[in-house]
Amino acid sequence: KFLTVRDALNTAIDEEMEKDERVFVMGEEVAQYDGAYKITRGLWKKYGDKRVIDTPITEMGFAGIAVGAAFAGLRPICEFMTFNFSMQAIDHIINSAAKTFYMSAGTVNVPMVFRGPNGAASGVAAQHSQCFGAWYAHCPGLKVISPYSSEDCRGLLKAAIRDPDPVVFLENELLYGIPFEVSDEVLSKDFVLPIGKAKVERAGNHVTLVAHSRAVATSLEAAKELSGSGIDAEVINLRSLRPLDMETILTSLAKTHHIVMVEQGWPGAGVGAEISARISESNAFFQLDAPVLRVSGADIPMPYAKTLEGASIPQAQDVVRAVKTMLNQK
Amino acid sequence: YSTEATFETKPYKLHRLESGPSTTVTCNKEDALHMYRQMQAIRRLETSASNLYKEKAVRGFCHLYSGQEACAVGMRKAMSDVDTIITAYRTFGNCDQVPLGAGLGFAHKYKGDGGINISLYGDGAANQGQIFEAYNMAKLWNLPCIFVCENNGYGMGTSAERASANVNYYTRGDTVPGIWVDGMDVLAVREATRFAKQMCTDGQGPVLMETATYRYSGHSMSDPGTSYRTREEIQEVRQSRDPITSFKDKIINAGLTTAEELKSIDNEVRVEVDKATKDAKADGEISLEEIAADIYALNLEGPVRGIVSGDSFKHINIGPQVNRK
Repeated sequence: KFLTVRDALNTAIDEEMEKDERVFVMGEEVAQYDGAYKITRGLWKKYGDKRVIDTPITEMGFAGIAVGAAFAGLRPICEFMTFNFSMQAIDHIINSAAKTFYMSAGTVNVPMVFRGPNGAASGVAAQHSQCFGAWYAHCPGLKVISPYSSEDCRGLLKAAIRDPDPVVFLENELLYGIPFEVSDEVLSKDFVLPIGKAKVERAGNHVTLVAHSRAVATSLEAAKELSGSGIDAEVINLRSLRPLDMETILTSLAKTHHIVMVEQGWPGAGVGAEISARISESNAFFQLDAPVLRVSGADIPMPYAKTLEGASIPQAQDVVRAVKTMLNQK
Repeated sequence: YSTEATFETKPYKLHRLESGPSTTVTCNKEDALHMYRQMQAIRRLETSASNLYKEKAVRGFCHLYSGQEACAVGMRKAMSDVDTIITAYRTFGNCDQVPLGAGLGFAHKYKGDGGINISLYGDGAANQGQIFEAYNMAKLWNLPCIFVCENNGYGMGTSAERASANVNYYTRGDTVPGIWVDGMDVLAVREATRFAKQMCTDGQGPVLMETATYRYSGHSMSDPGTSYRTREEIQEVRQSRDPITSFKDKIINAGLTTAEELKSIDNEVRVEVDKATKDAKADGEISLEEIAADIYALNLEGPVRGIVSGDSFKHINIGPQVNRK
């Protein structure tokens, strides 16, 4: 059976709303318009004005309202039309949602989800094409999920909605329409994935590619290409950026002794930088047969021109090149 | 033919103003033809952009302005060379530019250059907090700013009534005086802008202006624009309130011009836009060397990191750096 990422997200929200009266969706165009990217399709018709709420174009205001509602025990799903617009509301995400539990001495936890498309999109340039994974993963108190497949999206969005803490759920617009093959288990209403566990998407022995979101697809493509050169790559889909599943990464490192980080975000203070640092800080460092390499978005604002845009986002051949450099292969 | 004619605008609505712009406006032939040409040029350019987008020659977002031409042209006609204007896509939707516009107004006052700033935003953006923050500081500091809300009735797919508890946008500056103007009438927009500009240069700024207008297309190219409003509504505006057609009728009836003269302008505009379209399509993309251009006016980091560890681009500077000195 196949399920698109869009339907995975839609059914996850639908089922959790059905299950828990406290869950509601709030955001721009989520109700009558069925969602700017149709993730909330049909939900307003099913649940009505009370639980699927169109807001004005006022991120700072409605994100704050959603956080306040969570303080009072509701389970808001706050949709940002894209995470670019979450910058309008970042004070509430970082200062109101992430820290209140700590500041209230463990009294007021904030069970809510901030979700929407994140990362490089197509042809929308510097202000609308960027990854906020590292931004949010930087902040203690938040859980940050960056799913790749339909399975990830269904299982982790349901987990995020049920989680007692604020979760930033970073979807990818370019994946919304992609159908992924899923098992019956994934389609079950009880299907939930644990937050903070990575998934080995492809087993291999020579090198470990660690990626999240759309970069997982790039890595899988690269792994396929590498196998043609006799290189057997393992691909880890991080799924969660905070917590980071170092256990899965280190287990793989112990087997392959080579790590290449693959991400679409900027390199500086990024997800790859963090993982590389954690390896350097531990005894796992001595398992490395070569320095960790990062394949990332180029360190520039996203260009609009198509060729330049392509040259700013990691492609499979970039991953192949990094791996071959690491393994001293031509 | 006459060289000048007088027209009546729809009444303005005023907020915290004793008197407003004149409802009797005069227009000479030269200005009439100029404004007609500009409105036609915008309409044609938007149509061309729409076509280019549909044939995938334009990437990303495309938000069309058709229907709102009188707002841009009327305001521009009231501006001097030193005045500044700031806008977002289709002049609304975002509002990040409104405090920036107040900043430009601040600079006009600071430098004493006699200029004013016009900040444009839409009814969708009009509800954001930073707009009110900008109003307040502009009023506190008497900045020469005109805040213009182009109200086309819809913020994306949400009607103004569903997004704003108060849809009288011209009143929403509280202590900032406001003017409602028929945004489908280029002469009314010009007159109201002149009035507001005069207030600003007299040291009585800021002023809030609401131009009541309409957008024919959907919010963006992915929005057919018909799920939240009827085709009849769009058709009705096109037939009875179109800013170009109504202006055309007006200036012909007033004897300022003839249908033939306007027809020849239409043809010139068509040739001009067709040529620009052709040139744009023939032009190549910028080269890879520009990928790391102008990230900094003064780059302190040396080469810019590329995709793979070890890859780098050379940072270069191309633009004029107007604020470098």
